[in-house]
Amino acid sequence: MLTSNDLGAVLLTLKLAALTTAILLLLATPLAWWLARTRSAWKGAVSAVVALPIVLPPTVLGFYLLLAMGQNGLIGQFTDAIGIGLLPFSFAGIVIASVFYSMPFVVQPLQNAFEAIGEAPLEAAACLRASPIDRFFSVVLPMARPGYLSAMVMGFAHTMGEFGVVLMIGGNIPDKTRVISVQIYDHVEAIEYSNAHWLSAGMLGFSFVVLLILYSLNRTGRRA
Amino acid sequence: MKQIHLRFNLDRPDFSLAVNVHLPGSGVTALFGPSGSGKTSCLRAIAGLEPAVRGRLEVNGHVWQDDSAGIFLPTHQRAIGYVAQDAGLFTHLTVQGNLEYGMRRIPDYARRVSLQQAISLLGIAHLVARKPASLSGGERQRVAIARALAVSPSLLLMDEPLAALDVQRKEEVLPYLERLQQELAIPMVYVSHAPDEVARLADYMVLLELGSVLADGDTAELMTRLDLPLAHGDNAGVVISTIVEGHDPDYDLIALRFAGGQLRLPAASGVAGMSLRVRVQARDVSLALHSPQDSSILNSFAATVLEIAPDSPGQVMVALDCCGQRLLARITRKSCEQLAIAAGMQVHAQIKGVALLR
Repeated sequence: MLTSNDLGAVLLTLKLAALTTAILLLLATPLAWWLARTRSAWKGAVSAVVALPIVLPPTVLGFYLLLAMGQNGLIGQFTDAIGIGLLPFSFAGIVIASVFYSMPFVVQPLQNAFEAIGEAPLEAAACLRASPIDRFFSVVLPMARPGYLSAMVMGFAHTMGEFGVVLMIGGNIPDKTRVISVQIYDHVEAIEYSNAHWLSAGMLGFSFVVLLILYSLNRTGRRA
Repeated sequence: MKQIHLRFNLDRPDFSLAVNVHLPGSGVTALFGPSGSGKTSCLRAIAGLEPAVRGRLEVNGHVWQDDSAGIFLPTHQRAIGYVAQDAGLFTHLTVQGNLEYGMRRIPDYARRVSLQQAISLLGIAHLVARKPASLSGGERQRVAIARALAVSPSLLLMDEPLAALDVQRKEEVLPYLERLQQELAIPMVYVSHAPDEVARLADYMVLLELGSVLADGDTAELMTRLDLPLAHGDNAGVVISTIVEGHDPDYDLIALRFAGGQLRLPAASGVAGMSLRVRVQARDVSLALHSPQDSSILNSFAATVLEIAPDSPGQVMVALDCCGQRLLARITRKSCEQLAIAAGMQVHAQIKGVALLR
């Protein structure tokens, strides 16, 4: 069964995933909107940077984030100056790291959804007296709902399974940075296979159910 | 002053627009021309959807764009109703939601067209609970028109609203468009490349070609000007406004009064005093030097030849004046020479076919 340490890791992971997803939805919405509509020469470069975490080893991403959040890094100097202190080995640190790590999984579904809407409904709304902000909330958001659902599920699920970045930035501090995947690693290191099984099977089941829900929702969405 | 003035310029490597024209501030104006003539660009520029188009736009005293004064009213602040070729309904809303979308965004005092009025004018009361995806093309277009009306626009812009429909659906929507004009006095700019639509709907027309104005004027006049492409080919013809004089039940004929006399044509019924528009195609009009005595053709009128111009090979187009009503007759060049038809001559125009428009 789950030990209290395991339970702590599960709760911490859920908290991390929820917070990361919420922050990402706020950040990714304007970014994906810009990417979907811009004709700027910067589009390619920005898309590539957003997509980097898909191909980079998490340790590489974690290493650079660690440097950036450290005493001599840009983020570190800033957080130190405003009195928060340094972020590595704290919950805030792994939240920021997760935001970078899961960014493409939230930006891309949103960008696809925004692109699929096209220009016509927005022009129709403008001709019906809707201001740009009004158009975004009354036309874009409802029409992009399936995209938001995909973005939320993917962002949440991807953050749940994060390991390398958390290990680099957060280390292994119970109830602060020790997430499920780190806890599983610890169990295996200690040859506690039965504990590792409980958590691993839980993750497997969770991931499968999430993807199942996502794909069946997408299918009914297309049929409607 | 009730007038729309537009001066639009756009220079692109693949397309340029240079239009400077005054349109009547009431009734239906058609922007007519082949694809690539700039008619849709003009309409979109009136709506403010083409910020790249430079120039000036004044609609019944309100300046919506004046680049020299730095004025450009964004689309959502222009008092327009816009109907696009593909309806552009919001798929996430019901028909009712679509209709209310624009109406909710205008102040109470600006509401001159009620939702009920828009719904009943377009005959869509039975559709309000449906989603746009379940509507036919013609129904979708009618909802789009009602949605545009529900914002009580001071200018209605229509971009080929019938182009995506087949002939049957077109016939389903056209009468509603005609009713709009009779019941709501909202000026309309109507983009089309179909001469029959323009003839039925428009009072005034602007003929566009390659981004500039070829001619503009009353529809009836432009349709019969032999120096313009409209007065040539199989579809050339005129639209005549008439008033029903009576119905002869024995022969099932109605008598219609127009400037040149009385037209008679088969119809099951007719209410005296009603106004009707009919279309007479050039290929259905033949010419004779004397009033025909023994002919099956009922409609024959004395007319004066105005001008003659070559049409397709072997045929000429003859423009006629029939007591103030212009007519077109397409006859063979051979007949024209044999009868020695020339401008100023008195002839008799025999009309073989008349199509009732409404």
